[in-house]
Amino acid sequence: MAADIWVVADQWQGRLTDITFEALALGREVADALKVPLEAVLLGHGCASLAEELGCADVVISVEHPALAEPVPETHAQALAELARQRQPRAILIPATNTTWGANTLLAALLDVPGVNFAVDLKAVDGALEARCVLYGGKIEVRVQPRKEPVVIGLWPGARPADQGRSERKPCIEQASVSLAAEPKVRLKRYIEPEAGEVDLTRQDILIAVGRGIQSKDNLELAEELAQALGGEICGSRPVVDQGWLPLSRQIGKSGLTVKPKLYLALGISGAPEHVEGMKDSAMIVAVNTDPHAPIFNIAHYGVVADALELAPALAEAVRARKG
Amino acid sequence: MTDPAAGTFLGLPARAILWVLALIAFGLFGWRVAGYIRVLARARPEPRWDRWPARLKRFALEVLFQRKLLEEPLIGVAHLLIFWAFVFYATSFFWNLLRGLLPFLPIPYADQAAWMAVALELFGVVGLVALAVAAVRRYFFAPPRLEQTRDAGIILSLITIVLLSSLTGAGALALAGEDHAGIGIASLFAGLLSGLGVAPAQGVPLNVAMWWVHMVTVLGFLVYLPYSKHLHLLASPFGVLFGSLEPPMPAASEGAARLEEFTWRQLFSGLACAECGRCDRACPALNSGYPLSPKELMHHVKEMIMASLASGGNGHRLLGDRVKPEAVWACVTCLACIQRCPVGNEHVPVLIELRRRLMADGELEAHLQEALTNLARYGNSFGQSARNRARWTQGLEFKVKDARKEPVTWLWFTGDYAAYDPRLQPITRAAARLFQRAGLDFGILYEAEQNSGNDARRAGEEGLFETLMEKNLAAFGKARFERIVTTDPHSLHALKNEYRWQNGRAPVVHYTELLWELIRTNRLPLNRRLNGRVTYHDPCYLGRYNGVYEAPRQILHALGAEFVEMPRHGSRSYCCGAGGGRIWMEDVPGIQERPAESRVREAAAAGAATLVVACPKDWVMFQDARKTAGLEDKLVVKDIIELVEEATNP
Amino acid sequence: MNLVVLMRMVPDVVEELEIASDQKSLDQEALRLIVSESDDHALEEALLLKERHGGAVTVVAPEAPEAAELLYTAAAKGADRVIQLRGIQRGLGVAAMAEACAAALSAIPGLLPADLVLTGTQSIEDLDGLVAPLVARRLGWPYLGVVTAVSDVSNGAVIVVKEFQAGYRGEFQVSLPAVLGVQAAEKPPRYVPVAKVRAAMKATKIEEFEAPQPAPEPLQELAIVALAKPEAAGHAEMLEGSVEDVAGKLCELLAERGLL
Repeated sequence: MAADIWVVADQWQGRLTDITFEALALGREVADALKVPLEAVLLGHGCASLAEELGCADVVISVEHPALAEPVPETHAQALAELARQRQPRAILIPATNTTWGANTLLAALLDVPGVNFAVDLKAVDGALEARCVLYGGKIEVRVQPRKEPVVIGLWPGARPADQGRSERKPCIEQASVSLAAEPKVRLKRYIEPEAGEVDLTRQDILIAVGRGIQSKDNLELAEELAQALGGEICGSRPVVDQGWLPLSRQIGKSGLTVKPKLYLALGISGAPEHVEGMKDSAMIVAVNTDPHAPIFNIAHYGVVADALELAPALAEAVRARKG
Repeated sequence: MTDPAAGTFLGLPARAILWVLALIAFGLFGWRVAGYIRVLARARPEPRWDRWPARLKRFALEVLFQRKLLEEPLIGVAHLLIFWAFVFYATSFFWNLLRGLLPFLPIPYADQAAWMAVALELFGVVGLVALAVAAVRRYFFAPPRLEQTRDAGIILSLITIVLLSSLTGAGALALAGEDHAGIGIASLFAGLLSGLGVAPAQGVPLNVAMWWVHMVTVLGFLVYLPYSKHLHLLASPFGVLFGSLEPPMPAASEGAARLEEFTWRQLFSGLACAECGRCDRACPALNSGYPLSPKELMHHVKEMIMASLASGGNGHRLLGDRVKPEAVWACVTCLACIQRCPVGNEHVPVLIELRRRLMADGELEAHLQEALTNLARYGNSFGQSARNRARWTQGLEFKVKDARKEPVTWLWFTGDYAAYDPRLQPITRAAARLFQRAGLDFGILYEAEQNSGNDARRAGEEGLFETLMEKNLAAFGKARFERIVTTDPHSLHALKNEYRWQNGRAPVVHYTELLWELIRTNRLPLNRRLNGRVTYHDPCYLGRYNGVYEAPRQILHALGAEFVEMPRHGSRSYCCGAGGGRIWMEDVPGIQERPAESRVREAAAAGAATLVVACPKDWVMFQDARKTAGLEDKLVVKDIIELVEEATNP
Repeated sequence: MNLVVLMRMVPDVVEELEIASDQKSLDQEALRLIVSESDDHALEEALLLKERHGGAVTVVAPEAPEAAELLYTAAAKGADRVIQLRGIQRGLGVAAMAEACAAALSAIPGLLPADLVLTGTQSIEDLDGLVAPLVARRLGWPYLGVVTAVSDVSNGAVIVVKEFQAGYRGEFQVSLPAVLGVQAAEKPPRYVPVAKVRAAMKATKIEEFEAPQPAPEPLQELAIVALAKPEAAGHAEMLEGSVEDVAGKLCELLAERGLL
């Protein structure tokens, strides 16, 4: 329907991702403010049953097509473009995950409408849509209003709590069809699984995370000792894994794991958005960094401006003393 | 008097035999030496023909007086005596050979000249004793890293034969009743011979026989010498003569991997090496477990030259084939190897050339890469904005003058670590307060200061050094000042010795020199004496590189602390392990004991409660080391500035 | 392989970013530019492909202060041809710039046909779009982003590895020619010594190319309301004191939550 707010559902391995529900929660707020329906768009092949979970939306537009079975952003963008031309929504929220990466830009280009990236919030201001985006590695926020609609918004994780977007309500499900090229030029051949780590970090209560601030592989020992003292596991941000100091199975962030432990102790991690999205929902976040302006302090519960290499051993000792 | 070369042997005229033997020996010797010279000629040039007075003085001290060997007194004295014995015997040999070959020369044989006979006897006996000492040391009390080779045994035997044959010959003459000048040793040997049943009538023939044994042995030695490690006998005097008069740094180049890409002087070190192991014993990299042995490096150079002599061609490589990159990167450029080497070898330049080549091929570890990229972009290795360089001044009660904007007497070049490392910034502030207290007119360059480039240069990034130097010189050029003081010995060295100042260089001093001046002239009055036992670590770039040993000690004495020296002090100081860009590199797995850990243990063992440093990198390395070595309760690390501040606080 | 790498200069976030007084842009005074990090990886991946399969690498960069150094460095690393695009405005927002670059790519003599156009998967100022998909769309080529490896070039297609999440990756087959957004090259970007860059400055000619049509103003389709430094929804409670003090306080906090 014209002027609706759309949320495109993001899937991973046959299940809807948390960020889909975050987007629904945000979309719900905006749709209610503008007094228009919220519609969820579910693209895929053989995943129609997922539509039931999208009850936060008023309507689910469910599209089944063999070409949509594979997570190819440009195929999905083409499908969305066809739907959008028919139905003229006002805003299309696409969760910005690696899976969908580029789809929002392609969709905006196909429709010749504005695209917005790195959005962390969307609201209606005097009837106009205003998005808040975080750029420059998290250092600058920009608020923008599209001059044309629909606007395609790439929504960053963390806009709203995922639970706010879950609902028991059964939405109204509409089947829709699109015509897509039989031979897409981008095909998924196979998934490459990460080497299984010995431990499932997503089930750990206590995680000690290391970033570039630990400076060298040798200093990992300090973090490991602390993890041992606390009864937790170590993990790391992307740079640490890229350097080979930790395996990919211990990477936290956009391309890595999303974790929600009871304690996330971030040592020498600056808090780039790609990392934060993987741990922001941790129950207690303690950040240690020598830079008092590090963005991590904005999302941490407790912060210490200190050298992680000095604090880690001191804390390990204090914990051991405490535990007796 | 007898002419040992007259007469016949096996029907042939003895003199003719002597001629033949001499021609063969000298021919082979000359051919081999010419081969070496040809190989060296294929290498790159390096001018070492300047400042002859200084060179000759060094030659006298290190070759004639064997100064460096005397650092290990017992073997030092023994070797000095062997050396002079050798000098006299070599002289006597040539004298004898000339006389033997050319009987018409109006000269006696060597031992027929009284003073020569005395010298030969004296040095003969003394030499034999010294050789015995050397042999016992080598075979029963060998110091670590002394290369045990068959060569060594052969040489000891040859020299013994040479000396013994001469003394026995003299003894034989004395036994025969011939008039023989000397100091009585000949008579002693005569007695020994008599005791062995040699009759006086056999004296002269025995003397002649000994003469021939002696000459043939030396001729044999002459042929053997250029094929053995005792090539060093020939090469080392030249090594010292053409040695670098200051800490050596190769001229800008694209680095070297193959023989022809090194300079002749770099190759020459391989030829002069006696494989004594002094460099290895001093090397912090080797002693920590890194795969770098300076002696092995020299050996590889020599071996590469030998291979080139044997098979010709241009394909003889040092890098990769003989010396691995891990060894090349392990060097901390502390110069202990060069300081200890008695034959003037220059190990570090070879490593720097190898580093330059690895750098050109992009083969360097990620950490180092990052540090260099940061240096190029931000002018500091910390990767922080250049604008933050002077942030350390916040927290001072006064404003430090901006030397870019107003003239100052003292331009203070802080260096990266003192400016950017949060643990060091309080010490830098303390220095500023001291300068202020002393009424110094000083200023800093604020954001215009760049890393001096010293460590980038030693890591093999010559182009980066040039860029940083140019930027710093431009900043200096715009400022007006009379003298430069620096908190960082690495910067001191670069600014003082390696920068290309266009219009003359202002005097550059280290802050310890300045502080001593201020204390000595009472511009920094001391208000209290300090307690406790302290020891002082001589930074490599302040001590070995720039000869500043006294000023810090004088400060500490003036401060009243009880001072103890560590065994490895002064020019034998043991590097903290940060130099040569190593502070930007990862430790290799399997390190037994890091240099800094060894040093803090040494300080504690010397009985000191405080280890005093005069270099920001030392401070950082030793603070870490005292934790990893478990000495946090026993040893405190302080910069000399901290102590001076304590003593001068009102 | 004929490879084109599109590289851009973006603000260096190591420096403090200040907002201009009109609140709609960054204060240019305080700005220093640096190569966009993933563009550097794109170049590295291209060089690795050239080393493996032969061919040529052309680097194209929109004009900007210090873009010349970017191009000389690329040449020193092994790029065969380096081109600076004039007439394209640099700033917040990339959609207009990407369109202009795409048009330029088609117009630069001898540049196309190419096998791959590689660029970073994103940059820090991609407010209104991403360069790779926009260039792909303009050229009519397939696109894939978040790429970490390119291999197996055969039969008019490449195998490309893309990152998903939780450490999973996907192997995709992409028909050539294509545009790839590179997240990380298979090896970290190589180091090239300053001396080599200086040598490249003497030996290399940067081709200048005027963008075919005047690039539209950036951010035509979005109205900027304001720039601001993020006001954190919250801020951590900062623990002060010596390392031992803080360790003690943390133990208390953890104990309170039953985590010890």
